[in-house]
Amino acid sequence: MACKKDRVPFNGTPEQEAQLKEVIARLKDTKGALMPIMQQAQEIYGYLPLEVQTMISDETGIPLEKIYGVATFYSQFSLQPKGQYQISVCLGTACYVKGSGGILSKLEEVLGISNGECTPDGRFSLDSCRCVGACGLAPVMMINDEVYGRLTPDDIPGILAKYK
Amino acid sequence: MENITIKINGMEVSAPKGSTILEAARLAHIEIPTLCFLKDINEIGACRMCVVEVKGARSLVASCVYPINDGMEVWTNTPKVLESRRKTLQLLLSNHERKCLSCVRSGNCELQQLAKELGVEDEAYYDGERTPSCIDDSAVHMIRDNSKCILCRRCVAVCEKVQGIGVIGANERGFATFIGSAFDMGLGETSCVSCGQCIAVCPTGALQEKSQIDEVLAAIADPSKHVIVQTAPAVRAALGEEFGYPIGTNVEGKMAAALRRIGFDKVFDTNFSADLTIMEEAHEFIDRVQNGGVLPLITSCSPGWIKYCEHYFPDMTENLSSCKSPQQMFGAIAKSYYAEKAGLKPEDIVSVSIMPCTAKKFEIQWPDEAANGVPDVDYSLTTRELARMIRKVGIKFTQLPDEGFDAPLGLGTGAAVIFGTTGGVMEAALRTAVETLTGEELAALDFTDVRGMKGIKEASYNVAGMEVKVAVASGLGNARELLNKVKSGEAQYHFIEIMGCPGGCINGGGQPQQPGYVRNTVDIRALRAKVLYDSDKDNPIRKSHENPAIKELYETYLGHPGSEKAHHLLHTTYVKRSINGN
Repeated sequence: MACKKDRVPFNGTPEQEAQLKEVIARLKDTKGALMPIMQQAQEIYGYLPLEVQTMISDETGIPLEKIYGVATFYSQFSLQPKGQYQISVCLGTACYVKGSGGILSKLEEVLGISNGECTPDGRFSLDSCRCVGACGLAPVMMINDEVYGRLTPDDIPGILAKYK
Repeated sequence: MENITIKINGMEVSAPKGSTILEAARLAHIEIPTLCFLKDINEIGACRMCVVEVKGARSLVASCVYPINDGMEVWTNTPKVLESRRKTLQLLLSNHERKCLSCVRSGNCELQQLAKELGVEDEAYYDGERTPSCIDDSAVHMIRDNSKCILCRRCVAVCEKVQGIGVIGANERGFATFIGSAFDMGLGETSCVSCGQCIAVCPTGALQEKSQIDEVLAAIADPSKHVIVQTAPAVRAALGEEFGYPIGTNVEGKMAAALRRIGFDKVFDTNFSADLTIMEEAHEFIDRVQNGGVLPLITSCSPGWIKYCEHYFPDMTENLSSCKSPQQMFGAIAKSYYAEKAGLKPEDIVSVSIMPCTAKKFEIQWPDEAANGVPDVDYSLTTRELARMIRKVGIKFTQLPDEGFDAPLGLGTGAAVIFGTTGGVMEAALRTAVETLTGEELAALDFTDVRGMKGIKEASYNVAGMEVKVAVASGLGNARELLNKVKSGEAQYHFIEIMGCPGGCINGGGQPQQPGYVRNTVDIRALRAKVLYDSDKDNPIRKSHENPAIKELYETYLGHPGSEKAHHLLHTTYVKRSINGN
């Protein structure tokens, strides 16, 4: 098994819960309802944390592990919320040959999270992507809508400091 | 059913329409190796060990799931087939922790056996990166070591399909896939009921019980401790399999002899407290019927079932008999009645049980299972652990003489020994309850309607002018089906027996592991159950209330069934849990 990670605290609202329960009530008796329920749950909450998957399990009677198995099998489902600042590192061909792998590693090191995760304070989330159309600036990363190009790993701490 | 004819390895074979190639081959006595396949439980064609060549097919096919059709030509042992199986095995081995010398399954590991049979010459041929894994030892009763897991999914299938629980499954995908619980929780944090059926079907050493052999041997070596042992009925029906006896051999005498040679101060029998359970439970049943108590009364001998009820049917815990299980009753009596008789302090007695069960390891540390201020039972070992202990101390099991149990807690009746199989507790309880209610001796003691390996059995008996409806379920998926009928009002019963494992304790999670190819062809449950029914038939005393040791216990110590003292020592309480919580 993978080893345990710190989780971002869950901040679901009663409105979101009511919305999810409505979705489940509508879908649960149809065959193959799990995936559509999970997709809509992700739309409501932005991700599928333990609390949301437990709600789905309690309401449908589907074992929690089965839901988690589906959530971790398909990359469209996320177990991590997006941070206030969403970092995307381009791992497309041009960026990759220009060393974006090292940029990603440095970000992981500085933020203390892995690709696909969010910092426990909810500030930064880290993802990789494929080509943002700025190959001339390779290697490139984006923080929300801001593009940073011609990066070296040493630039990372300074850039992140601007968002503290 | 209509038969069709196919050719396997050039020979004509006739098999029922709808059979798989594997089944047809078996009819012709042609062995095809299998690994992930468990009949009716795990039929997913995932491991590719059973591949065969089919004329006209583009690639090799998995014979365990491939149906036969008229005129089909199959080859099971061409060089292409053999090479494919060997390569598959080598790939499995490349991601497998090959510590065979120290592995608990060495000698009865299905992967090891296949590697030997299929001629894997270089087990490290494809070595490279391995899927990262940790050991999960969060549960009281077992350990998961995914470095030895081959992702066959037998454990997942038995947990979800047979037991209806589903706390384990495949997480992530591709090379990162591992079997575990939701959100990487340890098994101990989930609603796992500790039944151990996953261990029983695991082909490798990935799953095993948490062993306490060394703690028990240390207690035996401690001169200040008086170490006693009890053995559950089902253990004698299966222990022999570990020493080469055919399935269905009764080794009660050799087992008692082995325990004595290991060094236990007294070798007792859980059959004694099974009889005691019947006295208390039959009394409780009659009391509930006569005084408007909660019905149906449901048996409480199986701790896997108890935990399942607490998680999945918390609104039915009032239906559970308040009787402790025979294991716990034994411990409570051993540290009170027996302690007084033998002039021992309860804290100087180490009470050990040998059980076909892994949930018993969980049960011994429940609250309200320590009637004398100390745990009723200190260590609970599985049948497999007993076999390991026998080997470890150098006892030649097959050469032992047959010996008996010690008095006074070693005497049990035929009613007690059948506790180990589905329907046994019901039958034993009926023998006592009917005679108590009618005041007359039963003409026939066999209640055959509640015998057999069907998952759910029902019967109705006229007892002293009252229609008594009973039901028996084994395996938790069956238990759920039965209880849902009770809850919806579709079925009504007075008395229900439920055992956590399919077939009852004889097929418990702590019993010797039989490989898939045996499980798929033989009903090991029926063979083991026959041992217990034969033992019942041969016992001169077949009713719990006629056990002289039990009579003496009530006359000199407890008073009567349901007395205050009996309640304090022999009864317990339950909690309500949730499905997604431990």
